[in-house]
Amino acid sequence: MRTMIARWIGVATLGLGLATIPAMAQDLVVGLSAEPSSLDPHFHNLAPNNQLSAHIFGHLVMRAADQTLIPGLAESWRVVDPLTWEFRLRKGVTFHDGTPFTVDDVIATFERVPTVPRSPSNFSSYTRGRQITKIDDHTMRITTGVPSPLLPNDFTAVAIIPKGVKDATTEDFNARKTTNGTGPYRILDYVQGDRTVLERNDAWWGPKPHYKRVTLRVIRSEPSRVAALLAGDVDVIEAVPTTDVARLKADQRLSVFEATGSRLIYFKMEMNRSPAPFVTAKDGSRIDNPFLDRRVRLALSKAINREAIVARIMDGAARPAGQFVPDFIFGASPSLRPERFDLEGARKLLAEAGYPNGFRMTIFGPNGRYVNDTKVIEAIAQMFTRAGVDTAIETLPPANFFSRASQGADGWPEFGMYLTGWGSSTGEGSDPLRNIAASFDAANGFGQSNRSRYSNAKVDELLKKAIATMDDTERGKLLAETNNVAFADQAIVPIHFQVNIWAAKKGITVIPRVDEWTLLTGISKQ
Amino acid sequence: MTDIPLASSQINQGVPVIPKEETPFTRFRKAFVEDKVAVAGLILFSIIVALALLAPLITPQNPYDLRSVDIMDSRLSPGSKAGDGFTTWLGTDGVGRDLYSGILYGLRISLMVGALSGIIAASIGMAVGLTAAYAGGRVETILMRIVDLQLSLPAVLIALILVAALGKGVDKIIFALVVVQWAYYARTVRGTALVERRKEYVEAAQSLGLSNARVVFRHIMPNCLAPVIVIITVQTAHAIALEATLSFLGVGLPQTEPSLGVLIANGFQYMLSGKYWISFFPGLALLLTIVSINLMGDRIRDVLNPRLEK
Amino acid sequence: MLAFILRRLGQAMLVIGAMVVIVFFGVNVIGDPVWMLISPEMDQNAIEATKVALGLDKPIWEQFIYFVGGALQGDMGRSFVHGEPAIKLILSRMPATMELALVALLMAVFIGLPLGVYAGLKPESRISKSIMAISILGFSLPTFWVGLMLIMFFSVMLGWLPATGRGDTVRVLGIETSLFSWNGWTYIALPALNLALLKISLVIRLARAGVREAALMDYVKFARAKGLSQTRIVGVHILKNIMIPIVTVLGLEFGSLVAFSVVTETIFAWPGMGKLLLEAIQRLDRPVIVAYVMVVVVLFVAINLIVDVMYSILDPRVRLTEARA
Repeated sequence: MRTMIARWIGVATLGLGLATIPAMAQDLVVGLSAEPSSLDPHFHNLAPNNQLSAHIFGHLVMRAADQTLIPGLAESWRVVDPLTWEFRLRKGVTFHDGTPFTVDDVIATFERVPTVPRSPSNFSSYTRGRQITKIDDHTMRITTGVPSPLLPNDFTAVAIIPKGVKDATTEDFNARKTTNGTGPYRILDYVQGDRTVLERNDAWWGPKPHYKRVTLRVIRSEPSRVAALLAGDVDVIEAVPTTDVARLKADQRLSVFEATGSRLIYFKMEMNRSPAPFVTAKDGSRIDNPFLDRRVRLALSKAINREAIVARIMDGAARPAGQFVPDFIFGASPSLRPERFDLEGARKLLAEAGYPNGFRMTIFGPNGRYVNDTKVIEAIAQMFTRAGVDTAIETLPPANFFSRASQGADGWPEFGMYLTGWGSSTGEGSDPLRNIAASFDAANGFGQSNRSRYSNAKVDELLKKAIATMDDTERGKLLAETNNVAFADQAIVPIHFQVNIWAAKKGITVIPRVDEWTLLTGISKQ
Repeated sequence: MTDIPLASSQINQGVPVIPKEETPFTRFRKAFVEDKVAVAGLILFSIIVALALLAPLITPQNPYDLRSVDIMDSRLSPGSKAGDGFTTWLGTDGVGRDLYSGILYGLRISLMVGALSGIIAASIGMAVGLTAAYAGGRVETILMRIVDLQLSLPAVLIALILVAALGKGVDKIIFALVVVQWAYYARTVRGTALVERRKEYVEAAQSLGLSNARVVFRHIMPNCLAPVIVIITVQTAHAIALEATLSFLGVGLPQTEPSLGVLIANGFQYMLSGKYWISFFPGLALLLTIVSINLMGDRIRDVLNPRLEK
Repeated sequence: MLAFILRRLGQAMLVIGAMVVIVFFGVNVIGDPVWMLISPEMDQNAIEATKVALGLDKPIWEQFIYFVGGALQGDMGRSFVHGEPAIKLILSRMPATMELALVALLMAVFIGLPLGVYAGLKPESRISKSIMAISILGFSLPTFWVGLMLIMFFSVMLGWLPATGRGDTVRVLGIETSLFSWNGWTYIALPALNLALLKISLVIRLARAGVREAALMDYVKFARAKGLSQTRIVGVHILKNIMIPIVTVLGLEFGSLVAFSVVTETIFAWPGMGKLLLEAIQRLDRPVIVAYVMVVVVLFVAINLIVDVMYSILDPRVRLTEARA
């Protein structure tokens, strides 16, 4: 009996061993944290979609790991006059099916972008008002209605499709009928909700990626993703939970790769109405909106021990923040530092502002949207409470949170003070200023996420000047100045920048990226 | 005044002592204590309830008071000294909450949530199931279709809608758990009652002219109790675990007033990190509670079941 | 019998209708899908364009009428997130969930029933007490916690089974299934066990309770007196009698297995419709939620129908009463 069982186990483990047999040297399995909603590169402006598009379709301009712009399908670009850009396209590039890539494909792409039916968030903000004129097959001029220094940044978001599939539907792409690009990988198999299998495009114009066949598997549950790596099911994982970093670093069989990201975690406070929602005196009676006083905003910022949050909540995987973008990003101010923890100073400022006994409030935040978001909110509630502001917290599922944060029952943003995050999608500093710090002007695309309705004429003026300045150095200075003005006024209470973390089996190298993307071109074996 | 002793002495003298009629409760108690395991369960459960009730008196920290919880104390291993000077015998969690204090306070919430939601759901479920089985016809059809409706709605979706509509809180989660659970009882009770109502004793009761309510509640219901008690012991425990799952999905109880379920859900992300205590001790507390409930439940079921009497 | 089934189907349509109304408006209570779909940088024009493209610019009741109009013509709407027909998405994920629930159900029966019958026949034995004690574990720990423990033990420590995902699938009778390959079974073993644990405990308890009762019944005593073998008594007389509650409960539980697969599928990255539902709920992808609920209701009604028909087969005393009503 015993031998029979032993044999049975033997057979079982043998079979199982086969199931999890290490793949061939040029094969790679990557565990991703989120899945694309579609294979159509122009359907949904969502990070996982864009990340996959970068592999299959390719962009005119690309962002390096540190977010500086590098040539993609465009070899070079220059400003002809403030309203005209000239792009020279790479020669000898072919799509996966062998057709050569020319300006006509770019024109077709720009025609398709605004017309994708039922697109939940399309890419037309990158193409609108930009007229392409073909000079020759590999040269084009783009005229813009207003000076557009950020046009190359915008082009990092638009995936190029061949002109032949201009009229293809989203379903055609999902069925892999038209997933024909110039990218470093072509798609072999796609099982929605499970996996995407890619094969290296050996005709790609760039340096040949190391892995020939790559399976992208979506494992959303964080501990499961880590377990899959520990069990050897996957070779690389992205978005490593901060709690497990220490253990993975200590593991001889694994390597960990980190880069400070551009995603800022911060608090916003109601700056338009009085009284502020969910803010009362300690006895529950009505008080005027305390956030309208700059000293209160500064006091709250001083009450936060950012170093403690980084060390105790984020396990070191964050950097204290003092402005909208980390200092290595274009447009950051060299003079802004994270506010220092100063409990006495916070209490003093509150007293000066007329709140010697503090007040009472409920702060809100999403649960599961940002790294350790719930714990960060809870820790900050502790800190505010110690400074005299009795703080309760309410964390909500993101679906519920963002809806209420944007528009409550009365049509106004519902929360008085809440935590949220912002990652610069253009890879430079004007993006968060424009969306968060600029006065709310929905029609013109300013202050789109400025739910606190903060408004500072000086910020608006400097920012508008900056984004119309073609000269990079000059623009950088203006953006830094805008940051200075906004933070002198405590427009928001910044907490930290998240650190992006990857882990891989020993011997595999991952180039960690500021923008959280996992790019196969950056994964190699020593 | 003198009549009574006289009367009693007369009885004593006149006839042999008749054993005093046992009340059902005494009989139940005697049968219950026959099983040593069940008694152990009762003792364990009493200790747990006592600890939960006495929590404010015997814990070094009020885990609901953000002033006394400090992230500088986060993730201390069991036996370390916290910043306030007390020893955290079970360690602290990710935001610096003393786990011993957190568990005792959390027990109060979890026990309340489990018991209340179980009792309310079982009562509603039994009422619906019995009515459906006894009334039959159109009433049964309508009731059972409502049950179908309920059972096919995913619990997560219900909880999410309720949390969105009502907000977070203990009362809301109890409401959500009742909504999720009552239909199980209804379906099971109806199944058993359908069999019972065709038995001779029901016909006999009906032919005696007893009212419908009396037939249902005095005759059919006791005979349906066995499966209900099986489910209630399982389901009460399950309700506590379900609450943990809802917290895991972000729609459970508020973070700052954690139940055992919230503590376990929060500890989930530490399971691979080596900081075992953050999820282990709340899990152990949950396990002991549920084991004690079930040890008692098993015995109660055996004792109450009329058909097991020898 | 036929009239009974037809009547049931008619009722099912009503149930589905009621359900769609509840879910459609319920999702609306959670929040406005627009905020989950747009990218936060979009300007107001683009947001308005999205609303119009998805029909979210209209009042909710108008959206509902539009939906009903489409549904009557067989169009259940398209996923906001994926742009594909919602029913197609659900159906493409359904086989994975079904095979998971089926394997879990089989585990519940084939592990739970023998253990429960044994515990019922010898209630005082040490083994029986251990069975009962261990069965408590099955429902006292949250599914997500046990799931990760299973992964830790069998995948990370022992390295026997893959941690997450679904194995190779083959097409059998037009359905993609992973049950016809050894590789597929290695992948399904852990999630199915995780999903089955609660049901195993439940079956053990029901079987034990049923056997203990049945063992004292006159017909069993009579059978014993007649000198029938223990095997025959248990196998024929007792088992037949305890099957009714077990069939009821399992019938119900198959549905709850499908519903609870949400958590298991998330932990094990199992590409089934539970995971799809959770993602749809998180993104307020209403067409997918509504389609999911419709599919599940149809499934439940079918299962309940089968359970009721099984009643009448297992116990002739129960007639399909509604046929007369």
